[in-house]
Amino acid sequence: MQTNEAKKSSASSFFMKIVKNQCFIPLATLLLLAVFNLIADPSFFKISLGYNSAGNPVLSGFLITILDSGSELAILAIGMTLVTAATGGQDISVGAAIAISGSVLLRVLCGTNSRPETLQAPIIVAFLVSCVVAMLFGAFNGVLVAYFKIQPMIATLILYTAGRSIAAWINNNELPVISEPSFTYFGEFIPGIPIPTPFFIAVACMIIIGIVLKVTNLKLFTQAVGINESSSRLNGLNPAFIKVLSFVILGLCVAVVGLIKVSRISTINYSVIAKDIEMDAILAVALGGNALSGGKFNMAASIIGAYVIQFLTTTLYKFNVQSDALPAYKAIVVILLVVISAPTVREAFSSMTKKLKVKEVA
Amino acid sequence: MEDNIVLKMRNIHKIFPGVHALQGVDFTLRKGEIHALMGENGAGKSTLIKVLTGVYGKEEGEIFLDGVEGAVAIHSPQDAQRLGISTVYQEITLCPNLSVAENMFIGRTEGVYQNWKKMNTETDRILKSLDIPAKPTQQLESCSIAVQQMIAIARAVDMDCKVLILDEPTSSLDEQEVAKLFKLMRDLRERGVGIIFVTHFLDQVYEVCDRITVMRDGKLVGEYPIKELPRVQLVSKMLGKELDDLSDIKGEQQEYTKEKGAVPVLEAEGLVSDAGIKPFDFHIDKGEVNGFTGLLGSGRSECVRAIFGADRVLGGAVKMNGKNVKISKPLDAMKNGIAYLPEDRKNDGIIGDLSVRDNIILAQQVLRGFFKPFSKAEANKVADEYIKLLSIKTASKDTPIKSLSGGNQQKVILARWLFTHPEYLILDEPTRGIDVGTKIDIQKLVLKLASEGMSVTFISSELDEMIRTCSRLVVMRDRKVVGELSGADLNQNKVMSTIAGGDK
Repeated sequence: MQTNEAKKSSASSFFMKIVKNQCFIPLATLLLLAVFNLIADPSFFKISLGYNSAGNPVLSGFLITILDSGSELAILAIGMTLVTAATGGQDISVGAAIAISGSVLLRVLCGTNSRPETLQAPIIVAFLVSCVVAMLFGAFNGVLVAYFKIQPMIATLILYTAGRSIAAWINNNELPVISEPSFTYFGEFIPGIPIPTPFFIAVACMIIIGIVLKVTNLKLFTQAVGINESSSRLNGLNPAFIKVLSFVILGLCVAVVGLIKVSRISTINYSVIAKDIEMDAILAVALGGNALSGGKFNMAASIIGAYVIQFLTTTLYKFNVQSDALPAYKAIVVILLVVISAPTVREAFSSMTKKLKVKEVA
Repeated sequence: MEDNIVLKMRNIHKIFPGVHALQGVDFTLRKGEIHALMGENGAGKSTLIKVLTGVYGKEEGEIFLDGVEGAVAIHSPQDAQRLGISTVYQEITLCPNLSVAENMFIGRTEGVYQNWKKMNTETDRILKSLDIPAKPTQQLESCSIAVQQMIAIARAVDMDCKVLILDEPTSSLDEQEVAKLFKLMRDLRERGVGIIFVTHFLDQVYEVCDRITVMRDGKLVGEYPIKELPRVQLVSKMLGKELDDLSDIKGEQQEYTKEKGAVPVLEAEGLVSDAGIKPFDFHIDKGEVNGFTGLLGSGRSECVRAIFGADRVLGGAVKMNGKNVKISKPLDAMKNGIAYLPEDRKNDGIIGDLSVRDNIILAQQVLRGFFKPFSKAEANKVADEYIKLLSIKTASKDTPIKSLSGGNQQKVILARWLFTHPEYLILDEPTRGIDVGTKIDIQKLVLKLASEGMSVTFISSELDEMIRTCSRLVVMRDRKVVGELSGADLNQNKVMSTIAGGDK
């Protein structure tokens, strides 16, 4: 009898541990969406092998779309999580910054001619240049936030407004087109590998950030600054530097997504590229149960959150929700998810379950 | 009500969860008097003011006002204002981007129609009658802080206030501005306004006040005409120590004897920061425990903050072990082996959401640098070690520090700094708001560290604690170092008379 009860309590405490884990809500949502799709229309999970125009084997299906587009979001979520944690605010200029870094990439590849026969520079060089530019714009945002103490949303509103014009100006308002097939490898498929490349890039980014969080003090210092700036300063940290650093890292993420985005279409559309992507990236952070007011963060939860957002978008597409109405549907689901994963609600929930437990004992 | 009395508070009780903040306090204010309300931290001054102005409700007690039958009910700041009780706070609560006249009349006009001309002439009249050097159409932020304060007062007075509360109005003013403010206060006194003056500056109390009410630990100590309460008496009443307390015996602390020819661990000359302290000299030797003492707001914390580089250092030279060092930010101080446990534990000490373990390793981790994190195993080992050493009561080392009790939070912060193995440890109010047992633990620890060769500067509001632990006290008054006591001079009477200054 006693052992039975002990087993029961250890099982329930194990269950509580799972529920309390920050990854629980995004994972549960993912599961819920999957079950919903399974019941509504199992063909959602169909993956078929076909051949693309270049004759390479490629996988296609809704799950592959999620893996593909969700990866862009996951990469941005990494940077956005750090910015949120350090500054207690968000960067809304991400989409515009992607336009800039994509434009720089094309400019370096094309040189002065907007339709070059051959690439004017190696792709790696062009990518590195776009990284530097994106990081500089990140630093610009960071300096406004950290040194001039401007609200992050307001500070990044500047680049949000001006970014796409700057992107157009970089290429003299022309639309360069790359004809080199190997350039498409980053946004589409590498010949012989049927899984979309962005997923591999995202995995590489996750591994890198995982290593960085392991071998440096980035996590501890960012959290400390986000939770209590004044204490952090008295512990010898430089809060302003940490904040700028988080924006610079986000800049690097932006450059990677910029590469994927322009590689997908081998050209750029300044006003449409990565439109509203910042909102999805912020949602991914919130969905991961990270407080948007900064402080403690869980990187894995944010990344899962990114794929959940994409899962939701794709599900809505699948059910023929008109693209105009899509944001409204998404908003309803997102409000629910964000409210459930908000720290205050989680605390209320855990205190409620504690009360229930007490009653049970009584 | 008797003649001359404008405000009478009787038997006021206020209870916060777990704290009996006001315990039957009486307060009487007469017409045309400036009445100082004095008390150390936690005495209940601001609670009393907040009950009077309707910010807090009261559990028990009555408030009477001149011209009102029976006890008055004050449920909100608006009620208080309607009854003629106005407050001017240390921080200006007016709108800096509006004109002086607009600020005078904001929220007081009826209807939507505003007669601008009348408002301006009216304001001009008030400003002139009170001799305030400002124009009605001038933007408020273009006036000096003192003038802004005076305008806030003028606004209060113009709203027919009978009771004017000035809550630390002089903290951000320089001497000339204070003089101007005092002139205004005296003018108002002539007009019959009763003024409650809350301040930490003793000199100012004796310059301008007629009467003093002293509070301590939520209780009324007494009300005294200023002439009958010499400074030393005032200080002893505020601190709750009798002057001729014969039980003033020095305790565990050993007489510190300096080794011959030894250079001080830290030596500061003419150090001054942007926190408003006067330049000061300071030194501490190896294995010495000394302290800064003075009333709240006397500048004792600002001095140690200047040493640690926590405030912006404006001038002065610092030597460590005889070598010149430049300390312009906390990290510089840490690299030189200085550790600082700040006064405001909640805002400057703990990183609330982080675990006890992360809070312990933080400072040492910063010193080690960005690319050398402790492994999880190392961090756990360190945390276990210090939790045991200081007997920190915590559910586990992963518990967020904010869920610990105040005393245990303080021990964690102490552990954080001990782990940096400092040569010189500064403890600013380490025992405030923590239980007696922990207090004694910390005092003992300080003496033990000193005997092992660490130099410690100790600041506490409790005088007997200071005398028990320190072998030398630097005494501060009104942001100046006014004396240094050691050896036989280190007793309560002497310390209090030095804090009080020349008995005028």
